Amino acid sequence: MSSLTGHRPRREPRSILPWLAVPALVVFVGFAVVPLVGVFALSFTTWDGIGTIHPSGLTSWRAVLTDPGLPHALWVTFLVMAVSWAVQTPLSILLGTFMAGRQRYRAVLGVVYFVPLMLSSAAIAIAYKALLDPNFGLGAGLKIHALSQDWLGRPGLAFGVVIFVVSWQFVPFHSLIYQGGVQQIPKSLYEAAQLDGAGRIRQFFSITLPQLKYTIITSSTLMVVGSLTFFDLIFILTEGGPGDATRVLALDMYKRAFQASLMGPASAIAVILVLVGLALALLLRRLGGRDAGASQLEGA
Amino acid sequence: MALSRRTLLGLAAAVPASAALAACGSSGPGTSGGATYWYLNGQPQEGVRAGAVDAFNKAHPKEQIKDTTFQNDAYKTKIKTAIGAGQAPTIIWGWGGGTLRTYAEAGQVEDLTSWFDEHSEVKKGLFPSSFGAATVDGKIYAMPVEAVQPIILYYNKKVFDQVGVSPPKSWDDIMALVPKFNAKGIAPFSLGGQSRWTNMMWLEFLFDRIGGSEVFQAIIEGEKNAWSNPDAITALTKVQELVKAHGFVKGFSSITADSNADQALLYTGRAAMMLHGAWSYGIQQADGGDFVSSGSLGYMTFPPVEGGKGDQSDTVGNPAQYLSISSKASAEQKKVAKDFFATGVLQDAEVKAWIDTGSVPIRLGTKKLLAASKSADFLQFTYDIASKAKVFGQSWDQALSPTAAETLLDNIVKLFQLSISPKQFAGNLNAVIGK
Repeated sequence: MSSLTGHRPRREPRSILPWLAVPALVVFVGFAVVPLVGVFALSFTTWDGIGTIHPSGLTSWRAVLTDPGLPHALWVTFLVMAVSWAVQTPLSILLGTFMAGRQRYRAVLGVVYFVPLMLSSAAIAIAYKALLDPNFGLGAGLKIHALSQDWLGRPGLAFGVVIFVVSWQFVPFHSLIYQGGVQQIPKSLYEAAQLDGAGRIRQFFSITLPQLKYTIITSSTLMVVGSLTFFDLIFILTEGGPGDATRVLALDMYKRAFQASLMGPASAIAVILVLVGLALALLLRRLGGRDAGASQLEGA
Repeated sequence: MALSRRTLLGLAAAVPASAALAACGSSGPGTSGGATYWYLNGQPQEGVRAGAVDAFNKAHPKEQIKDTTFQNDAYKTKIKTAIGAGQAPTIIWGWGGGTLRTYAEAGQVEDLTSWFDEHSEVKKGLFPSSFGAATVDGKIYAMPVEAVQPIILYYNKKVFDQVGVSPPKSWDDIMALVPKFNAKGIAPFSLGGQSRWTNMMWLEFLFDRIGGSEVFQAIIEGEKNAWSNPDAITALTKVQELVKAHGFVKGFSSITADSNADQALLYTGRAAMMLHGAWSYGIQQADGGDFVSSGSLGYMTFPPVEGGKGDQSDTVGNPAQYLSISSKASAEQKKVAKDFFATGVLQDAEVKAWIDTGSVPIRLGTKKLLAASKSADFLQFTYDIASKAKVFGQSWDQALSPTAAETLLDNIVKLFQLSISPKQFAGNLNAVIGK
């Protein structure tokens, strides 16, 4: 946003700008700040979600922090984040670069890739669950032995399936970001490189990738912070199972709150989730350097 | 007052935002108008429930009930949240027991004791055993409705003939049958393990057959370390032996009962047996083609375990379903709900509809209707179980508090995954006794 302010015509009355932020602020305070404060307060209470709320000091925090389920959920969350980032980023960059070409068939393919993004997570999860059913799914139906594994019933496989489905759903979105990024790279850079005799691969590594630095940071921030909130997809696919193999932090919070009726400990986990999310966003911002908002067209 | 451009802009921005915020608060069941009623979907039961509501609405043009349906697992969380948020429907459908206790202790459901005293004819017309799970500390908080649903061991007769074996008469028979079915590529038992309560039914019977009903009774009563009872450990060990012997269908831990895939495994002959509620009969009948009508569906009570102390007549399951009235509903809504209880629940048409689905309604005096049904044998079988059971235990996850039930279900999955030992299972659950 900060790059836009540089182009603001000086004559426009300054005093209107704060007003324009009001709708966003109202929504943000109403739906983010107020619940956040509420959750923080609830984490110091005992409440079953139905009866009266009893203040209970640090009981919930003690229960959560001594529960071996917490480090496990944190570990699974981290794994989902890291592995899905590592799978999605190279795929998205390659697809984005490919779709940025001007040929018509590439535009058509771009539309096809886009389809998963238009489906809701719930629909995707239900469809994959049906396809992967060990007895009535794709493998069993087509009698392909390799496909009729117990996909969602074995810890390692279930984790892999979650990563695959998440990537299938979100790679199109990130490809789109990269497509935009690549199209902004000035043609002159490539023309100069061609004159110097650089091939396609050399051009990709020496021009496209460095020029995409800030796009990569944006896309990675979205992926990493977004992966903290993966819930709907995992909830429908595996319900955190088998056992607790895919129980990420968000799912752990939900299960404690709405299945076990332990609102106190669930709120404590929610606070942890917020802190982890904030820390990650800040960290990525740092990695991007202090001038993350500066023009991406350096050298052009 | 002159309007400056700034104020106008501010208003223009604030109005939609506040309208959006206000809109969020006004959704959910209102307090005016007719009564609201939430219950589970899934045929054939959903149709019977909807039929009763429609009939009531037709007979009472001034008292309307608006019904909404939910999937089983989704409903269990939705209803708790709604009650906690003061957005409960007028009529709350449920399973009684531990969950009803949390509602009653929080003052969220109406005490119906005096209403039942005034309408003693309603109470007298129902199975007396159905009131146990509706009663909290001597007061009745729910109206028992629908049908009695014990857990039954179903089997596919065609598959048994094909393999040339006969139904098990004991636990050792079960363990002997397992390799025979596996050798033919047929799963011995179907199981929708992702739903968790499906696995629980196995423990309910094994605990009872091995140690008698006292073992779980001690847990309910909050006795210290009750899960470590040696008979409990034996039961947990036996179920793991069955898992290790590949007694359950491949991939059972990713099959959900809400999709009825576990039922399909039995009627398509991919699995030989299945432990499931009495409601399963109606599903097999509706979805299984001629499976039930051709007499291929076999059923029996869970067999005894060698050396066990349990009474063979004992059973577990749902003694009935339960309807409570939200204490947050308006006086007008409460009146509609009570009129529905008195004149809309288990009327002749609904009783007949339950019988048609192969269920035994909890209304007394239906023997003739049961005998005249095309499912007479099965109905008689269920009726005998329900009426002759020395102990009709309530499903564990409903008998326990929600907190203890969640720990139980979580650990049951791990037990079936073989990722914890029986001793660890007992230890994890001893920690939530009485919670």
